[in-house]
Amino acid sequence: MRDAIVAIVSGTLFGGGLAFSGMMDPKRVRGFLDIFGEWDPTLAFVMGGAVIVMAIAWALQRRMAAPLFAEAFNLPGTSLIDSKLIGGGVLFGVGWGLAGLCPGPAIAALVIEPASAGIFALSMVGGMVLFRLTGK
Amino acid sequence: MLPGFPDAMPVEGFFGGFMIGLAATLMLLGSGRIVGISGLVARATMQSRSGVSLPVAWLFVGGLLLGAILVNSFIGPIQTRFPSSTALLIAGGLIVGLGVRMGSGCTSGHGVCGMSRLSPRSLIATATFITSGMATVAIANQLGWGW
Repeated sequence: MRDAIVAIVSGTLFGGGLAFSGMMDPKRVRGFLDIFGEWDPTLAFVMGGAVIVMAIAWALQRRMAAPLFAEAFNLPGTSLIDSKLIGGGVLFGVGWGLAGLCPGPAIAALVIEPASAGIFALSMVGGMVLFRLTGK
Repeated sequence: MLPGFPDAMPVEGFFGGFMIGLAATLMLLGSGRIVGISGLVARATMQSRSGVSLPVAWLFVGGLLLGAILVNSFIGPIQTRFPSSTALLIAGGLIVGLGVRMGSGCTSGHGVCGMSRLSPRSLIATATFITSGMATVAIANQLGWGW
């Protein structure tokens, strides 16, 4: 039950942050990647704000034996650097640059711009299906 | 207002980033997990078996929508300038979906949560997708696919 409350509050804060920061605007996000054109540095401020808060959270996490509302921390590894990590990053960057959308803003924008965001989000899930069927 | 960048929103960006950081902090210290939106979306659409339970993934994704609705209703209309090309939306979506699963993360998991943890894996992943994104935009502009 408590993990359900954490999930919806965290999701709401995350969606609100994306909306408030201008990151639900694909043209602005694309502008951050357009370093040879009319560069828009806003995304760097968003990333900076989020990383500063999370750096403090990680410092606290290292002093905690367990999370507040769960039995144990369940965290991904940090060291594996392989061809899938690099290849996946290259691909993600290509799609991000083409459409100006990464997964969070694409989902949150479903309530503002349902047609365009819907086409992108459905295609994105299609890409995930493709990975499940062919990848691993 | 940022000198030299009339369209940039540094204050809103930083504050919105702060909210995103708080969202990730709550998930980490509350439930002991990182916020990786690509993983949560894959879980919510049953394209992944690992990670949180299905209801938790659905609630998080529902929260994303709720957050956007709240800001749009109480703070002001959210600007969403999408590309007009359906082909770009479909191609972009397919490649993003494939890429984030292959690379095990996106801007939230690797970018926000991994970089702040100084995870070498996430630092490399983030540098890779930002570089690739910048190269893609530069090439797309040359090919006339800019918008």
